[in-house]
Amino acid sequence: MSTDTFPRLEVRGLATSFATDGGRIQSVADVSFAIRAGETLALVGESGSGKSVTSLSLMGLHAKTSQAQVGGEAWFVRRDGVRVNLLALPEAQRRALRGNEIAMIFQEPMTSLNPVLTVGEQIAESVRLHQGLDRTAAKAHAQRMLELVEIPAARQRVDEYPHQLSGGMRQRVMIALAMACQPTLLIADEPTTALDVTIQAQILALMGRLQKETGMSLLFVTHNLGVVAQYADSVAVMYAGRIVESAPVHGLFAAPSHPYTRGLLACLPGVARQRSRQQGESGTQGGRRPLLAAIPGQVASPLAPPPGCAFAPRCALRTDDCDAAMPPLSGEGARRVRCLHAEEAVAA
Amino acid sequence: MKPWQAVLLRLFSRKVVLASAVLLTLVVAIATVFPWVSDADPGAISISERLQAPSATHWAGTDELGRDVMLRIVHGARYSLLIGGLTAAGAVLLGTLMGMLAGFFRRLDAPLMRLVDAMMSFPDILLGIALVSILGASLWNVMLALVIVYTPRVARVVRASTLVLRELLFVDAARALGVRTHLILWRHVLPNLVSPVLVQLTFIFAYAILAEAGLSFLGVGVPPDIPTWGTMIAGSLESSDKAFWTILYPGLAIVFTALSLQMLGDGVRDLLDPKLKKAS
Repeated sequence: MSTDTFPRLEVRGLATSFATDGGRIQSVADVSFAIRAGETLALVGESGSGKSVTSLSLMGLHAKTSQAQVGGEAWFVRRDGVRVNLLALPEAQRRALRGNEIAMIFQEPMTSLNPVLTVGEQIAESVRLHQGLDRTAAKAHAQRMLELVEIPAARQRVDEYPHQLSGGMRQRVMIALAMACQPTLLIADEPTTALDVTIQAQILALMGRLQKETGMSLLFVTHNLGVVAQYADSVAVMYAGRIVESAPVHGLFAAPSHPYTRGLLACLPGVARQRSRQQGESGTQGGRRPLLAAIPGQVASPLAPPPGCAFAPRCALRTDDCDAAMPPLSGEGARRVRCLHAEEAVAA
Repeated sequence: MKPWQAVLLRLFSRKVVLASAVLLTLVVAIATVFPWVSDADPGAISISERLQAPSATHWAGTDELGRDVMLRIVHGARYSLLIGGLTAAGAVLLGTLMGMLAGFFRRLDAPLMRLVDAMMSFPDILLGIALVSILGASLWNVMLALVIVYTPRVARVVRASTLVLRELLFVDAARALGVRTHLILWRHVLPNLVSPVLVQLTFIFAYAILAEAGLSFLGVGVPPDIPTWGTMIAGSLESSDKAFWTILYPGLAIVFTALSLQMLGDGVRDLLDPKLKKAS
């Protein structure tokens, strides 16, 4: 069987827990997804839903002090075609993959760059490390990378320090840094959250272009549903450390089946406007500002999770069954949902 | 304008820093060059000329053994600067290593820092006296004792900075690039410590000159036959009421050198601080 049939990254039952003063906390559990070559999977959820923990678990970058325990499997197809389980790989082999075949972009471009090294040196470090280029060749490569991410006057910029660059520029440098060794999987952890809206669009367009050119897979961690709709191929929605719904992007936006996903979509201003317009046509309240929908309640504390479905305390469709046990992620093919009342939700 | 010219221009934009640098350069230049030019012996005793006031032949007068005070100050500069410089370098090297390890590796933090705490619980000069009396009074042992006295200070400062640096995203980013831990320390943490360490270096340089003078004054420092500014002051103690110059001029040499070092350290700190850089 050829490795082409395997997705580039297949995560099965990923579970991460941390030691805290209040005992061990299950931060992420039962996370499974797959990304094919050249595809983009968006991992969506609110703050604290476990998106970043998932991506850090895949990279093996949890701080030692948090005493993270990572379970499950993450099968990654290497460049040489061998399929390896990232989570069971010895540290030395894992380090050889990091920055080389799997790269990561962080949320904060302001602090992700070392302030005392020039951007050229930082990009060069990666290729010198993984491809063994010498100093001059690495610097030339760094300049090419800066040109690739559309930084004007790359020849001068390569010798500049991070504080001489704007936020958008720095995020471009971070992308250049991540792309330096032509990774086949890029994990982008909210790469545009800290940027202006106009710059966000440019950065996203740039990432889209690079992905098309290199055929890399992209795990896109975000809470911005607008971005997801435009750039992702498929979506996994996370809530309280678990995936509650995963679907191809069109399917999810056209017919969300988990109550939480529906709630999230209802929070979007565009959706709210649409709803108010429909109500306006029915003659009740014309010309009023559309009210944004909100999901009542708060995310359950991971220290005291609800007995069954984590979303049950906030859910309108809740029944006694919901509290009995955590519903399984059920469904066929790419479309899966973790809800006992998924059909009713669609109908409602 | 080349980058280094711009850096120097900014460093010397403050007159005090410029004056300090000029003075220090002068002291270092005289201390290094003079013994090459003149073979006058700073230890030459001339009883007939004892305790003479400053004059054309003896610019700073003579001490109770008739030795030329100016000559001894110039020669003493070599030893005082040597002790100060080597002590500062030694303390900074050891302290940076200790502080970086303690700050970066949580497991090493407690043992290393308790050691530092224990050493810092002694007053500087007392610990110095104790160490010198254990090791025996010699030029090298005084330096060794002072290195041990000042290492904890550097370790503290470096640990504090490392704790901050360790949590910064670029350390994670480096790890995400597959950089090994020792390379992260060397390439990403250490360069960011240059500014606090450099400031410590100049301050400890100044402190060490003062501490050597203090130890020598108390008679537990450098042996009296080696001319340092400290031994000169110690030796002139009995005659200082009759001949103020024997104690004034070495004292001034210490004050100006230590002050200049502090000022220069301040200037360097301002220069390296990225926050102040943005403001200007």
